[in-house]
Amino acid sequence: MIQLENVTKRFPGGQEALSGLSLAVDKGEMVFVTGHSGAGKSTLLRLIALIDRPTNGQVVVDGQNTARVKRRKIPAYRRQIGMVFQDHKLLYDRPVADNVALPLIIAGVGHRDASRKVRAALDQVGLLHKEKQRPETLSAGEQQRVGIARAIVSRPKLLIADEPTGNLDPELSLEVMRIFRRFNEVGVTLLIASHDIALIDRLGCRRIALADGRLQQEEEEVDPWL
Amino acid sequence: MAVTRNADAVAPVRRSSPLAIWFARHTSISIGSLGRLFRHPFSSFMIILVIAVTLALPAAINLIVKNARSISGSWDNALDFSVFLKQELSADEAQGLGRLIEQRADVDSVLFISASQALGDFKEHSGFGAALDQLPENPLPHTLVVRPSGGNTSASMTLLHEELGNLPESEHVQVDTEWVQRFHAILDIVKQAITIGAALLGIAIVVIIGNTIRLDIENRRNEIEVTKLIGASNAFVRRPFLWTGFWYGLFGGLMALALVFYGLFLLQEPVSRLAGLYQSNIAIASMSLQEAVAIVGVGVFLGLFGSWFTTARHMRRIEPR
Repeated sequence: MIQLENVTKRFPGGQEALSGLSLAVDKGEMVFVTGHSGAGKSTLLRLIALIDRPTNGQVVVDGQNTARVKRRKIPAYRRQIGMVFQDHKLLYDRPVADNVALPLIIAGVGHRDASRKVRAALDQVGLLHKEKQRPETLSAGEQQRVGIARAIVSRPKLLIADEPTGNLDPELSLEVMRIFRRFNEVGVTLLIASHDIALIDRLGCRRIALADGRLQQEEEEVDPWL
Repeated sequence: MAVTRNADAVAPVRRSSPLAIWFARHTSISIGSLGRLFRHPFSSFMIILVIAVTLALPAAINLIVKNARSISGSWDNALDFSVFLKQELSADEAQGLGRLIEQRADVDSVLFISASQALGDFKEHSGFGAALDQLPENPLPHTLVVRPSGGNTSASMTLLHEELGNLPESEHVQVDTEWVQRFHAILDIVKQAITIGAALLGIAIVVIIGNTIRLDIENRRNEIEVTKLIGASNAFVRRPFLWTGFWYGLFGGLMALALVFYGLFLLQEPVSRLAGLYQSNIAIASMSLQEAVAIVGVGVFLGLFGSWFTTARHMRRIEPR
């Protein structure tokens, strides 16, 4: 699903966020990307979402070489990927249902079709009863679940999440991870950046550890809190 | 999850046609943009008022020119020729000539003013009464005031003028059309000036709407970024702003019409009073339907153009970070 070959991302200042990184994520996998802040987790996800382009190397997502995706085609490319953010990135001027419907509206799905899919997505994250509320009336965990509903409403094959549990307490984090797990069970590929090692270990998924923009041997991974 | 998926697959798919979806989408976006305007009624009203005044100004001046032209036109038709006859002509001969001229088809009536009558009038109105008494003889000729009939064109008027001048008895024919011609020349200049002014004001409207929408874009920057992050194209994020420009233009145009018509209403009474003083039936010509539609149309066009211009520049700039 995702192949990185010798990918380097250098910022104008000269520092490298990723240095010759190669990795692969298969279809149907649920993979965590770990590492300290600054290790390159976010940069990796940004390259996949085409928010940034690599300085060197190539990123292939679902058979598409992202270097060949022209600027005008980026919106269509992004619509194939579900994205979840640490700060939710919800629109606070409209109710929950409208937030979740946004990808469908962008894709030009008809109203009846859209509202059915929105309800299905909200049902999957357990927030169907809050569809008419404004996001700011929801708790952080609920807001994140709205963000997840929005990411999966158009049934993407790939879902990427940047620190989805970064602002949540352990119980809510586990709840969010269980939701991700359920998507993975029906075939969605997930790539999740997180530093919550304890949680990841409980889930028993593959881990890609980054340090200074490179792959780190898993054995070397030391949790400073242990 | 699995259950939901299966349910989806089995559920009858009732897809609307792409055109119907497109139409429904535009309807909801346009109403959304309208709602946004109403959520800030005061500032929206101010912008609409500025657009309205800017549109109403050239429209009103144009209307004034149109009216001035038609009023002076009606005076033009009522113009009389003063035919000053040769000194040696007697009053009887002059009156006979008057009756002859009166029989022409292009002449409505002829008024004979004798030399002594003219002198009397002059003494009375000029204030030179005493000085004029010193004159040994009346210097004034007999005069025929020829009123052309209503059906005359400007060509036939010129012909009549020439023929009256060519009469052996006539010394001089005077027509007071010169001031009308000058007046029309001035109106032409004013009209030209309106065209230039209207173009400048049009640019002003584009700038006003563009600037308003630029601020709107800045205020909704976060929303635009998030929407683009989820895969919205530039065209998609532009649409509501284009509709905002459309609404500003439409309401600006309609309000401009209201301002012009209110102005006409205020002028109605003084103009009819003036007309009464001149014993004339001058009435203000109002705007034609085409002109009214044109004003609203220009408003809408400028609104759309202003927002199109601004969004083209700014939408590409705002990208998710």
